[in-house]
Amino acid sequence: MGVEQKLGDMGIVTTKLEELVNWSRTNAMWPMLFGLACCAIEMMAAQASHYDMSRFGMELMRASPRQSDLMIVAGRVSRKMAPVVRRLYDQMPEPKWTIAMGDCASCGGVFNNYAILQGVDEIIPVDVYVAGCPPRPEALIHGVVTLYEKVKGEKFKDLAKA
Amino acid sequence: MDKKLERIVQTLQEQFGSSIEEFRDEVHVFLKAEQIVDALTLLRDKYEFELLSALTATDYFPQLTPRFHVVYQLSSLAKNITLQLRVPVSGDQMKVPTATRVYDTANWREREVFDMFGIEFEGHPDPRRILSPEGMEGHPLRKDFPLGYEEPQFTFNYDDIDLKKIYAKE
Amino acid sequence: MAQLEEVNYEQYRHLVSERAFTGETMLLNMGPQHPSTHGVLRMLLELDGETVVNAIPEIGYLHTGIEKNMEAKTYIKAEVMTDRLDYMNTTGNNLAYCMAVEKLVGLDVPPRAQAIRVILTELQRIASHLVFLGAFGLDLAAMSVFLYCFREREMILDILELCSGQRMMTTYIRPGGLWRDVPVEFEPAVRNFIKIFPKRVDEYEALLTKNPILLDRLVGIGILDAKTALSHGVTGPTLRASGVNWDLRKARPYMGYEQYDFNVPTRKEGDTFARYIVHIEEFRESLKIVEQALNKLPKGPVQSENRKFVPPPRAEIGVSMEALIHHFKLWTEGFPAPKASIYSAVESPRGELGVYLEGDGGPKPHRIHMRTPSFDNLSVINKITQGHLVADLVAILASIDIVLGDIDR
Repeated sequence: MGVEQKLGDMGIVTTKLEELVNWSRTNAMWPMLFGLACCAIEMMAAQASHYDMSRFGMELMRASPRQSDLMIVAGRVSRKMAPVVRRLYDQMPEPKWTIAMGDCASCGGVFNNYAILQGVDEIIPVDVYVAGCPPRPEALIHGVVTLYEKVKGEKFKDLAKA
Repeated sequence: MDKKLERIVQTLQEQFGSSIEEFRDEVHVFLKAEQIVDALTLLRDKYEFELLSALTATDYFPQLTPRFHVVYQLSSLAKNITLQLRVPVSGDQMKVPTATRVYDTANWREREVFDMFGIEFEGHPDPRRILSPEGMEGHPLRKDFPLGYEEPQFTFNYDDIDLKKIYAKE
Repeated sequence: MAQLEEVNYEQYRHLVSERAFTGETMLLNMGPQHPSTHGVLRMLLELDGETVVNAIPEIGYLHTGIEKNMEAKTYIKAEVMTDRLDYMNTTGNNLAYCMAVEKLVGLDVPPRAQAIRVILTELQRIASHLVFLGAFGLDLAAMSVFLYCFREREMILDILELCSGQRMMTTYIRPGGLWRDVPVEFEPAVRNFIKIFPKRVDEYEALLTKNPILLDRLVGIGILDAKTALSHGVTGPTLRASGVNWDLRKARPYMGYEQYDFNVPTRKEGDTFARYIVHIEEFRESLKIVEQALNKLPKGPVQSENRKFVPPPRAEIGVSMEALIHHFKLWTEGFPAPKASIYSAVESPRGELGVYLEGDGGPKPHRIHMRTPSFDNLSVINKITQGHLVADLVAILASIDIVLGDIDR
């Protein structure tokens, strides 16, 4: 990634630049439409007018992975769907983040059997886990705000090494 | 049982020599695998059973003869009655003639029974797995297929499970 | 897990026409992740330009193994998994399972519990149809309908949260009755909903029903005749829009539906517009049922008194020895069911939701199979889409109202 590798560690210039870059990333983070099961309905409810997610910068949900930065895995991932999730994650451009929404995406949930992945972190790295079955829209918004806190703490040095 | 149902069940018993079972106002008729297509055709054309509600199977492992029962649940809208047909299938010869020529709904439902139990339907136009991933071995709903239970992580075995679990790092 | 490989077209030779292999038509994949499929559905399309020659659905991307997992749990604990099948109709799934268990073991349900079950199931039907309408509008690019529908849905979810504490997966309906009695605020909340909802339905109709763009896109598209529908096992509003008047609430009444006075909306055309109109009419009929049930709500217990199957209330455990023993046995071991099998069906917002339950004398079900309506409703899509455009395919898929959790179980 150009900017980070060129600048490295230049003291106060990098800190102000980091703040600017992180602020702009959190203000307009577009999630990818990836609702799999019941949690998708609560994600849709969070996007609707009662618990509005556009206030947090997620004005619209992009269907194409190439145009989104955030993948909210909402719902249970079955073994047939797992290679598809991995391929979609690989198609997203850097920088990208993942939220595992719900119990089934975090740890397998109620379903402890042959057909469901026990947590989507078996195949993709996850930044924030939101618990609940399904989590309330307010819980999802709390998860999104937690992700923003994490993004605001990102430094160029870590990204340059990646 | 219902009067209309009585006559139908009697015809089935005379024509196919089947035994019946009754439980809580339901009638289950036992048929052999070769007779099932004729019975379904008779019920659909003569007695107006237009809807095949459900087609499923049960596994009675470790009992091997019969090991499976294939269950057909029929429903008549005109007369408002239901009937259940059961076909015992033995463990070493798991073939049943297909019902797709009689009811179109049997197309996908028989694929599901094949996928979950391994019972083959002769003459089916599309004998592929429907719910499990392609290339999967084994038939999940049989009693000798394990559940795939993962040990839950409590505080006393926290580290052991952590070492064995797969995490994606990048 | 399997790796994704290059697709081998030979495996589809028996499904698509010969023109695909000569290169005249194009094979396109409408993949599992798509904004217009209602969940993870994969469709293999054979297209001649923009016209659909064959549309073959591939399912199984949400297969959860619920049926096998329920065989490993006792009857009371397995109910938790039934909510997650058809996640738009959670109370309806609980009701179907509880009715099956009650029929198998021979358990009675008191009349107050029956009436409250009816109220909650009809409210859930309205909530499910609201999501249908929202997604329908979204697929046709009428986005404001989506926001309006979810506003009403929040009111219904508030009522469910009042009773059970959970918005969606309530597990409030248990074998033998309900979990506990409804709180005092239940009746004013439902009456408030009944008061404001009819005008909202008129609002949706004003936006959509006479809209010339919608009429152009929907009338005459995806015609399903009654004979094909019955042969494919289609039930529910999709069947009623093709002219067959079949509703399990009228034909085989359960939970006291025979006392309520309501119509069953039917249309004869069988096209997408007819399916949309049937759903709108069902809003009004369901609201009628809710109002009648609320007016006639009897007083009394909400759980069966049969302590062999229904856990006693907590207050009784401190004073009665039998209650303590029953509580202990039910929660550790569960209740035994006879060695027999039954099939019991209810009318879900999508069609006939049936449960085939087989007991083996022990506390866990030997075999449970859920006959879900979306499975058969989807199988008819190839026949009714042939000859239409890809945009019509999206409209037809939205109007059949499938839920992938129902299909893949």
